[in-house]
Amino acid sequence: MSGSGSGPAGSNGSRSRLRRARLASGLIPFLGLVLLWMLLWGQFTWLAFATGLVLAFIVSVVFYLPAVRLSGRFNGGRALLFLGRLIADVVVASVQIAWSALNPGYRPSNAILTVQLATRSDLLMTFTAVAVGLVPGSIVLDIDRDAGILHLHALNVASAADVPALKRSVSAAERRLILAMGSADDLARLAKSASMSEGRAG
Amino acid sequence: MTGDGVRDVITAVLVLLSAFLCFAAGVGLIRFTDVLSRLHAATKPQILGLMAIVADVAVSNPSVSTITLAFAIVFFQSLTAPMAAHMVGRAAYRTGHFRSDILVADDLGPFIPPHGGKS
Repeated sequence: MSGSGSGPAGSNGSRSRLRRARLASGLIPFLGLVLLWMLLWGQFTWLAFATGLVLAFIVSVVFYLPAVRLSGRFNGGRALLFLGRLIADVVVASVQIAWSALNPGYRPSNAILTVQLATRSDLLMTFTAVAVGLVPGSIVLDIDRDAGILHLHALNVASAADVPALKRSVSAAERRLILAMGSADDLARLAKSASMSEGRAG
Repeated sequence: MTGDGVRDVITAVLVLLSAFLCFAAGVGLIRFTDVLSRLHAATKPQILGLMAIVADVAVSNPSVSTITLAFAIVFFQSLTAPMAAHMVGRAAYRTGHFRSDILVADDLGPFIPPHGGKS
């Protein structure tokens, strides 16, 4: 969004809110870089903070990336729920795959499936893709960003009858993520898609 | 048991768990039948094995710097490993380097017909 001054002049309050949102979207990754620098040094001293600030500035100028649009909403409890479930899923997935690798009678039977996501936010789509890549038996093969579709490869799918359950588990992971940090728009989309699938089932 | 004894037991269990998972990941890389299946072995057991070994270092040598570094390692590994798998998987699908005979469903086919593969 360029030319904030030349656009149709909104009310003063909304413009300052927009400016604050844009500032936060730049500031949070910046502070994340400083924090990473202090984590790598393993010390929380003023010296590490100051050198971190300088390096974060250099990195964000030299390796310029378009700003990430944050939703501005964060629910700590839901985020903990999402993280706990993610770790449990990673453990289950690792044990399953370790077992298929060592099982003498292993027979390959995989599937490629597509899942329609509710969100249109780039950040949430990325997080969902990463989370899905860690949970039981799936890897993201392709992402249709405009339509919000994930194409996944799933391991150990016995038959085509198991595919809907897998799709539901991916949608559930996305749902937990949206509830934790989605925008109001994503929440509305989520409610709409939930009521639609209920209507289809009933 | 003393505190050190308990810590030794936890350390031993975590090291063995990590070694087992990394071993299983290695076996999976060889035994699984195509690129897409092998990517599963390369991401999941490997991540849990890494988490276990990093937790092990943090338990055996608990200090602020070790624990913060452990969090950074786990965070970035679990962020980058699925992305690397995604890039390889995407390339493998589009160039037809996978076995379609072991797929029970292929919903991606209508979107991107794979080419160059021996079907």
